[in-house]
Amino acid sequence: MQRIGVFVCHCGTNIAATVDVKAVAEALGHEPGVVISQDYQYMCSESGQNLVKDAIKEHNLSGIVICSCSPRMHENTFRKAAAAAGLNPYLVEIANIREQCSWIHRDIATATEKAIILGKAAVAKVHLNTPLTSMESPVVKRALVIGGGIAGIQTALDIAEAGFDVDIVEKEATIGGKMAQIDKTFPTLDCAACILTPKMVEASQNEKIHIYAFSEVEAVKGFVGNFTVKIKRKARYVDEVKCTGCGACIEKCPMKKVPNEFNMGLDNRHAVYIPFAQAVPKIATIDPNYCMMLKNGKCGLCSKVCAAGAIDYKQQDSFIEEKYGAIVVATGFNPIKLDKYDEFSYNTCPDVVTSLELERLMNAAGPNGGTLLRPSDKSHPHTIVFVQCVGSRCSDEKGKPYCSKICCMYTAKHAMLIRDKYPDTEVYVFYIDVRTPGKNFDEFYRRAVEQYNVHYIKGMVGKVTPKSDGKIDVQASDLLSNEQLHIDADMVVLAAAIEPDKTARPLATMLTTQMDTNDFFTEAHPKLRPVESATAGIFLSGACQGPKDIPETVAQGSAAAAKAIGLLCKNSITCNPCVAHSDELMCNGCSSCEKVRPYGAITYSDKEFRMPDRTIAVRRVASVNPAVCQGCGACTVACPSGAMDLSGFSNSQIMAEVDAICK
Amino acid sequence: MQEAMINRAKELMADGTVSRVIGWKRGEFAYDITPAVFETAEEIDSDFVCDDFTAANVSKYLIKESRKEGRILAFLKPCDTYSFNQLIKEHRIIRENVYVIGIPGGPKLDAEKLKARGITGILGVRNEKGTLHIDTVYGEETMPMFEAILGKCENCKSTKHVVYDELMGEEGEVIADSGRFDRVAELENMTAQQRFEFWREQLSKCIRCNACRNVCPACSCENCVFDNPDSGISNKAAADSFEENNFHIIRAFHVAGRCTDCGECSRVCPQNIPLHLLNRKFIKDINELYGEYQAGEDTTSRAPLTNYNADEDCEPSIVHERGAE
Repeated sequence: MQRIGVFVCHCGTNIAATVDVKAVAEALGHEPGVVISQDYQYMCSESGQNLVKDAIKEHNLSGIVICSCSPRMHENTFRKAAAAAGLNPYLVEIANIREQCSWIHRDIATATEKAIILGKAAVAKVHLNTPLTSMESPVVKRALVIGGGIAGIQTALDIAEAGFDVDIVEKEATIGGKMAQIDKTFPTLDCAACILTPKMVEASQNEKIHIYAFSEVEAVKGFVGNFTVKIKRKARYVDEVKCTGCGACIEKCPMKKVPNEFNMGLDNRHAVYIPFAQAVPKIATIDPNYCMMLKNGKCGLCSKVCAAGAIDYKQQDSFIEEKYGAIVVATGFNPIKLDKYDEFSYNTCPDVVTSLELERLMNAAGPNGGTLLRPSDKSHPHTIVFVQCVGSRCSDEKGKPYCSKICCMYTAKHAMLIRDKYPDTEVYVFYIDVRTPGKNFDEFYRRAVEQYNVHYIKGMVGKVTPKSDGKIDVQASDLLSNEQLHIDADMVVLAAAIEPDKTARPLATMLTTQMDTNDFFTEAHPKLRPVESATAGIFLSGACQGPKDIPETVAQGSAAAAKAIGLLCKNSITCNPCVAHSDELMCNGCSSCEKVRPYGAITYSDKEFRMPDRTIAVRRVASVNPAVCQGCGACTVACPSGAMDLSGFSNSQIMAEVDAICK
Repeated sequence: MQEAMINRAKELMADGTVSRVIGWKRGEFAYDITPAVFETAEEIDSDFVCDDFTAANVSKYLIKESRKEGRILAFLKPCDTYSFNQLIKEHRIIRENVYVIGIPGGPKLDAEKLKARGITGILGVRNEKGTLHIDTVYGEETMPMFEAILGKCENCKSTKHVVYDELMGEEGEVIADSGRFDRVAELENMTAQQRFEFWREQLSKCIRCNACRNVCPACSCENCVFDNPDSGISNKAAADSFEENNFHIIRAFHVAGRCTDCGECSRVCPQNIPLHLLNRKFIKDINELYGEYQAGEDTTSRAPLTNYNADEDCEPSIVHERGAE
């Protein structure tokens, strides 16, 4: 006979304000097998847990039901408490009467009724619970960092520092990411390249770090501690080992009219290129879309001048497979495309640029060698208008609903740098709010206004119109003086919203991690587990999780590394014992389960069976590898005969829950 | 055709290609034809039948037969080949142990439709230019052929054989405009209440004889959930007629995505419940929600309901939205 204990949590007023917890405890006390039913203010507190532990011992309980918050929150807490009191942790069931009940209902009567029903379902289930034992699975002591921007570099360096091997997969020809394109950094105005490139070199020289540049993650299999990742090494048409990065091929390449991505298309590069002088790895890459040799077999100059003999026009994409214990996602961000913002004339006027383009225009390695000139006529701009929140905090579908967070600060930086270098230039900044939370941030912004006399105007720009005399008419409203303004500008700079890189979504699918509606990766807990994804073994670093500036990105990169190191330090991890198993006597061997399995845990073999008529029959039957199975349960619903079942969530347990709810 | 089949069967037995033949033999009445396994040329000569009443699908028998010693010859009509292929796909039939001869399909005749016209004492049937000449103990009767067609042949989906080692007669083709979903569409257009009443009326006729399950090629589990006391839905005396209703609904769910629409369930139902409509509703839904899919058409493709695709399936989005009711 089962001896079940029911414990109803008030969660302060979180549950008790909407659910009559005493009535729930009373009603569940009458369920079959329930020998004790109690309520308590905070069941997860130490005294609450002691209540549970004492009851287990005192009443010799065979199973417990906790009516509380989501099992994601405290299931582990109560499993541990049960284990401490000598009860198998898998004899604990959680009835979620907070997220799925008190928080979503207002009426006490209905919420109480529902809480009782949820409790009854949990009691019905716990009747059928069986003790389960966890197995151990080894941890591969190697980490993968996806994305080689400052986030990925920082994470990789920290993991390597702890003594673990770490691979960086970067889709571009060099690591460095967005930070490499930035001119100066706020709030200290130090040169981005000066602080980034030493880290890039450090990463490339660290013997624990292996950089797969110009590569992409193609497929991910496995689970925490034991991922198998297929990496596509895109063809560079240059032998990475032989190439010395001397640049002779680039000098000779006759195809000089290729838009230079690194300079945001503001100047041209050759068909064979190294993105920038400090690229890591410093290896040339041939662009097959422009290389005449690759397109029509005519040219071959680079091959002739290459002293190292590194040019290989026949190179193909290659694939490598590597095992990892932990994966850190650091896929970063991009500014949004502005083609939907006709009002700002971005597509029609070359002197309307994005902030990232301005970074390149002002950079010493940029198209103008660091002199700020108008892209249209290379003249010195005397009036520059900055437009904030282009696509950020946007209520319609053109933009993003969120604040891109970094724009206020980099615009203050741009304004200040321009006023410092070109005091004859008037700078206007149109803003909705100026958001400067961060160490030394508001002081920085105040300096722009007070010391550098940047004209900050609260209000949005309505229309940007190029005029025939080369000037740009900026029509805007000043909300504080309630005036309509027309400014004759020479340049307009748009602070485009930032969005996650497009590769993030397919990657999330491969990693089975969650994303929010904006395609930012979702952290396991917004406050308490900010660098872990909800999928064990997958960590988040940098702007792939949400808009971030460099200091925050670096901090999060290190945090993600700390979490990954914590995992890699372990020799083995405890597996989830709630895995599938096949009843071979019932299995038809039909392969339905194999076709729905996401983790590849099911295999088939021919086995001899003694049949009811005493003959021996050879039958094809499924078996589950419990170390690989993640307990998703897809196979149990695909199985036509019911041979496949999931420990801890068996078909009979689910049916018992449904029955209890429908009764 | 029967003559040619008998000759070919005996040839294949004589040259050792096969050791047994699965076909049909006559029962007590001329229209009472059942699948049968023949092990000698003599048995074939005396009992083998293939005529307008040989509607039974022999595919399911091959699960057991293909696991016995030696190879077996199976004569499969187009619709039977779909079931056969589906069972190959599910690793139930051992393909190497079956020699398949594709034979022309129907339309086959429904003896019940003859009886309904008062024609009894049937000894044999001849089909001449669309008119049936029925030889009975009371003399010859005639009726139009199309009025006697078996339900499952009325909306034939294909006269093409999807698998065979050898073909007798001409190969047919997939019939795109079979109209097999017309009746389903009618049911869909009913109000929920009307539909409920329709099915309650039909399913309440069930006597739970299990003929539909036993004949169904998709219902071939080693241990059927209805025979498994642990499943919670095993056979027992029904507490109310609703349990029978559920039996058919559970069965339809279990064969969803695997049912080839061979129509055997409705053919064997002694209570004439249009069971095939439940299956066709699933097939129609699958076609609409996931794209056209015909179970048994091949042995390699992945069925929409049992497929995991890492590129698409992780998206927590709606697969398909129907128009507002």
